[in-house]
Amino acid sequence: MTPTPTPSPGRTTDARPTGTRFTRVLGAAVLLGLAWLVLFGLFLSPNDEKQKAGVRILYIHVPTAWLAYLAFIVTGIASAAYLFKRTRSLTWDRIAGASAEIGVLFMGITLVTGSLWGRISWGIFWTWDSRLTTTAFLFVTYIGYLAVRNLGGTHQQRARRSAIIALLAVLEVPLVHFSVKWWRPLHQQESVAEGKLSGLMLFSLFVGLIAFTLLYVWLLLHRQRVLAMEDALDDQGLDVALAERRAEGAQV
Amino acid sequence: MFAVMSTSDQAPYVIASYVITLGGIGLYVWRLLARARKIAPQVREEDRPWT
Repeated sequence: MTPTPTPSPGRTTDARPTGTRFTRVLGAAVLLGLAWLVLFGLFLSPNDEKQKAGVRILYIHVPTAWLAYLAFIVTGIASAAYLFKRTRSLTWDRIAGASAEIGVLFMGITLVTGSLWGRISWGIFWTWDSRLTTTAFLFVTYIGYLAVRNLGGTHQQRARRSAIIALLAVLEVPLVHFSVKWWRPLHQQESVAEGKLSGLMLFSLFVGLIAFTLLYVWLLLHRQRVLAMEDALDDQGLDVALAERRAEGAQV
Repeated sequence: MFAVMSTSDQAPYVIASYVITLGGIGLYVWRLLARARKIAPQVREEDRPWT
């Protein structure tokens, strides 16, 4: 167990330790965006002719799925940046870890909302369709990635091993995305690309996309700052342990 | 409109999806900020360059 350093007078104890003016403005925009999403998603947009009220689930299901893809791609890019010698920095590793965690959150929401949508559309919560199966596999892969990050060792060891896994895991993203084209599953094709949504329904979907994109950026900034503080705390604990050991050695 | 949706038997699934989504995100944000507040007093000012 690493000793916890005691707070010194120079350390701050403010209520928003990871916040800045930018994140506060961004946070306000996120709240506004989510309020708009609820307003348009539940109240203002019309029912679909075929899916009826079930279409309203798509305004959160589709954006969270896209943002999960984006989060995993950012994890892959940040991991590559860490492995590349010229750009090697633990900041990239922390961005990768933060983005993967947010991606898992969004992917989990995608699976749950998709399951509820499936109950309405197909009469069942789950089926081993190619899109659903590959999505579940992607979700489990990134849970594994997060578990590997917590295996211990130095920050550099953590960064190296998780970066390699992230570069392999990101290959699953196109597999999930194109599964609806390659295997013709029960899951519907791309509603937006095929022009199945229009007017207020399309607008509601874009409100959701903007709200969740802003939320992703806000979460990424805060999570990677918490990770930076956790790493700094680990280093401080190590420094204290080394200082105590040196003091013991000097007394002998 | 909402009146149309609320009469439908799909309404519970739609509302559940919004509640689970916003609730899940809210819970994650709350835990994230609580963790930040807990460890921040132990971290040196120079290790928090964004402040």
